[in-house]
Amino acid sequence: MDSTVVSTGTEGKTWGGGNKPLGASYGKLMMWFFIVSDALTFSGFLAAYGFSRFKFIKEWPIADEVFTHVPFLHGQELPMIYVAFMTFILIMSSVTMVLAVDAGHHMNKAKVTLYMFLTIIGGAIFVGSQAWEWATFISGDYGAVQTKGGNILQFGEYVSVDGKEKFKRISIDEFAIVEESVRAEHERKNGLWFVTEESLPPYTVSEIYNGLEANENILVRNQIINEEGEKSVLSRAESLKQIKENGQLVVKGANLKVNEYGTSLFADFFFFITGFHGFHVFSGVVINIIIFFNVILGTYERRGSYEMVEKVGLYWHFVDLVWVFVFTFFYLV
Amino acid sequence: MAHEHKLEIFRGLLKFKSNTQKIWGVLVFLTIVTAVEVILGIYKPDFLMHTWISAFEGGFFATLGNIILSPFIYMKPLNLIFIILTIVKAYYITWDFMHMRDEKGSLRKMVVWTAVFLICYLIFILLQEGGYVFEVYNTDDALIKRDF
Repeated sequence: MDSTVVSTGTEGKTWGGGNKPLGASYGKLMMWFFIVSDALTFSGFLAAYGFSRFKFIKEWPIADEVFTHVPFLHGQELPMIYVAFMTFILIMSSVTMVLAVDAGHHMNKAKVTLYMFLTIIGGAIFVGSQAWEWATFISGDYGAVQTKGGNILQFGEYVSVDGKEKFKRISIDEFAIVEESVRAEHERKNGLWFVTEESLPPYTVSEIYNGLEANENILVRNQIINEEGEKSVLSRAESLKQIKENGQLVVKGANLKVNEYGTSLFADFFFFITGFHGFHVFSGVVINIIIFFNVILGTYERRGSYEMVEKVGLYWHFVDLVWVFVFTFFYLV
Repeated sequence: MAHEHKLEIFRGLLKFKSNTQKIWGVLVFLTIVTAVEVILGIYKPDFLMHTWISAFEGGFFATLGNIILSPFIYMKPLNLIFIILTIVKAYYITWDFMHMRDEKGSLRKMVVWTAVFLICYLIFILLQEGGYVFEVYNTDDALIKRDF
């Protein structure tokens, strides 16, 4: 009895079907497709950041002045050191990941387990560091006054460092003269239960103004970047006038509405881009943990191939790749 | 798939004995690049902070020259260095960590050309528009006030 067709007679021909023009398995190809589309999402965010920055190129915050903190080193200005450390951690965990993939090619279960574990640790350190960065950014540094037009005015004084006049920032906590407050924060328990109010700023504008008037040395600077690439500092008379006439709200820290470091768009993009990246790292860690346990249980040993490790590896390296770009465009350029 | 790896980087200048060694070699290279970026970012050498050539004035060819040389005319050399180093890092992450070097040419082109083309287009169009909005905001008869 004749069976149904078992051969099409086109084997070996280019369009006969059954050949693999890209030479990669289905899973790996789909991971590459996903990576390309995700890369486009991230470049959409970064290009939107570039768009907003070009729009306000003369008044954009200077990243070196915003991200100056390192854990355990209080009061020191160390721009970029911590982000560089985070970058190194992520590259390092990429290395342990690729070592795990390599060990998988040699069917070495013990080594795959070890390297997967190290990768997970690296990812966890990175996510933790990012959470710390966020907390520092949100809680704020020196504080500022927002004007009626939404511009940010910051405070500082000229000090001479090694014979050079340098503008040094001063925290609003240091000079504000606290008055008897007449405005209590509205809470649900002491007012209308269906109305909520966000927490009040730490000082009122008049407290800041009084403090500024009492301290002759303090000057105000606005966000306009001058010829030397620094923010312009106002004269003493102009400083007092600006706070008196235009000051509307005292801002400490940053959130999606206000931002003491400059335009609120900067904070919005910071939260959005690093947040979206942090979410990728977090899901990468979760996926890595799942694969880690599969390795321990011997799933891939029985399957005879550690290709699954390779696929999550691709995702993990991609997360590293994105961070390289976020690092450049958020912190360096 | 087969597990052979191409063990050369820098176009054959550096050849490693095993894949593991190549991975560590690439790590050393990436670390050096990052360190250079951080050092440049902290010290900001003065001669890299101003563009070396200014925009050409004149007719059609001046405009054409401005477009072709735009990275040198409109960007600080320091930022240009940062962007180039970033692309170098991205290349080695993709090629050696993601094993793009060992994939078939067709897969490589499918991924890289698509992404590079679309991203370049997106960046061009958004930055162009951002620059235009800046001009609208900052001309002498702009409707936006800056004094409050």
